[in-house]
Amino acid sequence: MALTATIGGRRGRAGNGPSLRLVVLAALVALFALIPLMFVVGEAVQAGGGEVQRLVFRARVGHLLWNTVRLVAASTALCGVVGVGAAWLVERTSLPGRRVVGPLLAAPLAVPAFVSSYGWVSLTPAVQGYGGAVLIVSLAYYPLVYLPVAAALRGMDPALEEVARSLGHGPWRTFVRVTLPQLRLALGGGMLIVALHELAEFGAFQLLRFQTFTTEIYSEYEASFNGPVANLLAAVLVALCLLLLLAEIRLRGRGRYSRLGAGAARSLPRVRLGRSTPVALAAVGALLAVGLGVPLGSLIHWLVIGSSASFPVGALASAAGTSLGLGLAAAVVTTLLALPVALLAERHRGPLPNVLERSTYVAHALPGIVIALALVFVAIHYCRPVYQTTPLLIAGYAILFLPMAMVGVRAALAQAAPVLTETARSLGAHPLAVLRRVTLPVIAPGLGAAAALVFLMVATELTTTLLLAPIGTETLATRVWSDTGTLAYAAAAPYAALLVIISAPAVWLLTRAGRKAELT
Amino acid sequence: MVLGRSRFSTVLSVGAVSAALAASLAACGSSSGTAGKATLTLYNGQHASTTTTLVAAFTKDTGIKVNVRSGEDPELANQILQEGSASPADVVYTENSPALELLSEKGKLAPVDASTLADVPARYDSPHGDWVGVAGREVVLAYNPAKLSASDLPRSIMDVGGPNWHGKVGIAPSDADFQAIVAAVDKREGTAKTTAWLDGLKRNGEEFSGNTAILQAVNRGQIAAGIIYHYYYFRDQAESGANTSHVKMYYFGHQDPGAYLSVSGAAVLKSSKHQAEAQRLLAFLAGVQGQTVLAHSNDFEYPLNPSVPANPELKPLDQLGVPTDLGPGDVGDGGTAVTLLQQTGLL
Repeated sequence: MALTATIGGRRGRAGNGPSLRLVVLAALVALFALIPLMFVVGEAVQAGGGEVQRLVFRARVGHLLWNTVRLVAASTALCGVVGVGAAWLVERTSLPGRRVVGPLLAAPLAVPAFVSSYGWVSLTPAVQGYGGAVLIVSLAYYPLVYLPVAAALRGMDPALEEVARSLGHGPWRTFVRVTLPQLRLALGGGMLIVALHELAEFGAFQLLRFQTFTTEIYSEYEASFNGPVANLLAAVLVALCLLLLLAEIRLRGRGRYSRLGAGAARSLPRVRLGRSTPVALAAVGALLAVGLGVPLGSLIHWLVIGSSASFPVGALASAAGTSLGLGLAAAVVTTLLALPVALLAERHRGPLPNVLERSTYVAHALPGIVIALALVFVAIHYCRPVYQTTPLLIAGYAILFLPMAMVGVRAALAQAAPVLTETARSLGAHPLAVLRRVTLPVIAPGLGAAAALVFLMVATELTTTLLLAPIGTETLATRVWSDTGTLAYAAAAPYAALLVIISAPAVWLLTRAGRKAELT
Repeated sequence: MVLGRSRFSTVLSVGAVSAALAASLAACGSSSGTAGKATLTLYNGQHASTTTTLVAAFTKDTGIKVNVRSGEDPELANQILQEGSASPADVVYTENSPALELLSEKGKLAPVDASTLADVPARYDSPHGDWVGVAGREVVLAYNPAKLSASDLPRSIMDVGGPNWHGKVGIAPSDADFQAIVAAVDKREGTAKTTAWLDGLKRNGEEFSGNTAILQAVNRGQIAAGIIYHYYYFRDQAESGANTSHVKMYYFGHQDPGAYLSVSGAAVLKSSKHQAEAQRLLAFLAGVQGQTVLAHSNDFEYPLNPSVPANPELKPLDQLGVPTDLGPGDVGDGGTAVTLLQQTGLL
């Protein structure tokens, strides 16, 4: 802590407040991201006191609360351990084949959760229930921790660890006292996203027969068409989300981790695994086999046994094109929206930047159906011409996935020293020129990673796409959904496979972020 | 910095390309439906592939184009409620009747032409005449013969709540399909008996997320039997039989509430600006042409128009012993069933 705090100082620009323009921009983005929350509150209020009493304070809700909390706690912790372990093995040890293994470890992100859960459930019923749910969502989501942590490990200045070692710390103590604190931002951000994602996950838990608040909210819409009750439950989710957001601020601490000169650091010597090599290889191999092997195996299985298997090239190409187009557009828009908020929060700490930044995360804890219906309501009442057009769909994606972009952009900004921009300013450069010529080039790889992550999420998104896409729009994910709905698994398989394939470049891009330092 | 600048320009060009893509996609989305004849918008909760076939036949017959938005019943119904009078939908076609009953209660549906309603027996239509039945889905008990001998099969769906059935029956209480069954039982047997039955099911049963999950579990022998709709079995048989090779079907019959036929239907929205064309689509769906397309599809649901026979692989509709006193009107929007399920702790 003391070591890291010496780099860059405690505050970015002491005594120099944020520009009004930046604050206004960030506030607009935050307001935009809070649209679903306003809708939830509005609808929940309509439910009335008696209904609240009857529907929120019942045994079932207690049971759901317990299920949700223990699931999120266990799998977030598991993702943390697996993610850091995998990142450390790939980035800091002599693990053989790490150049291949590195991207592969991020690949589960390209497989939609409903595909992998289906694969697991057809393999064995034993995965249904609490243990299975923890295991399967952890296997699906650990890359959300692995990626930022690996990037942070790559961007880390070796000098700090060397100083610690020279002062007599052993490797383990160095890791715990020097390396781990430097990973806090990446680790905390990754675990936060995992936790929020799980609060909102529906398809996987439904298949795994594990009930959470979100599966219950879907049941409310499905069973009784009861919007107000569903929104009351969503309000409970928002409360859980706020707790997580506060916890992550505490975890993050106040240290700063930026370093001067992106190319100046030497790469750290890798830890020789020696006789532990087979153990490490086996661990990584097992992780890949269960995380990737099972879902991909089930895809191949469908293709082989099903009677509905066919390769309609035109339909496949058009669905792939739509998925790509929507994914790219949403990735760019979302990353650009994240930029002002991340810049404000990273360069100017305080209550206002904190509140604005945290606001962008809330929607991610809400189930897709809640967000989609909120946007239906807002668009139809206040902005009818855009209803069920691509811009509205992109806006929906942006609200859903802003947190993904935020984590990436913040991590990138955190490693770019403010002194660089200050120097440029002092030399007379215009603020916009500073942004273009100094800040952006330094953070470009991080922005690319943030955009790639958003792309992956958009490619596998279902509910919002079904409700808000222009009529007739078919993405790869909606095709997989409509074919599996009629048990035409073999017909769905080519679409699911193509979904994985178009996601591959994004995964590759993600694992490249921060790689530059190593090349020099 | 040189490297950095080239990266920056890459970011910019990616941005420009995707903005252009988005704009062109948006143009695609808004350009349809402006020329000549009215274009209908159909919100479809039924299986997308069959609906596509039905709609194509309709367009060929009438020249009226139909745009289809597919989704799940509850999502589509909630979406229509949120959209209010501005809803772009002209016609809504759902998998089960409760979504239609909900829209009917909220006053969103226009009366259906009398001639269309007359195509289908009155008990499969809306009691208020504002939606028409199109397809039927029969409740069955799927069982694994290795786990349950034919002599142990229940006479009534009420029996599976009894002590003999401990650990033997799979149900999907969160699925709208099961809720329709509960509503039927409640209508026939009254609240006290239904609550006792549900308590029994909670003790006896294993809960699953849906019909497919139940089918898989029965097939594996994880559970002896499960309550599902008939067509899941036939679809799986047609696909590969992978989930049904060890499964047999048992029809309750003899007017048992377990022989309830859930109805999939269609309605015209009051807010539609193309009432005449929308009514023609309904007439097509319930008429001989549409019903024949349905019967020949891979859907395995029962056409409800008596002049069109069902897929020959299915047990004929008139031999199912469907209770004549339990129709979609009795099941309503499913709200009562949900309250009962919530009280039992199944929901």
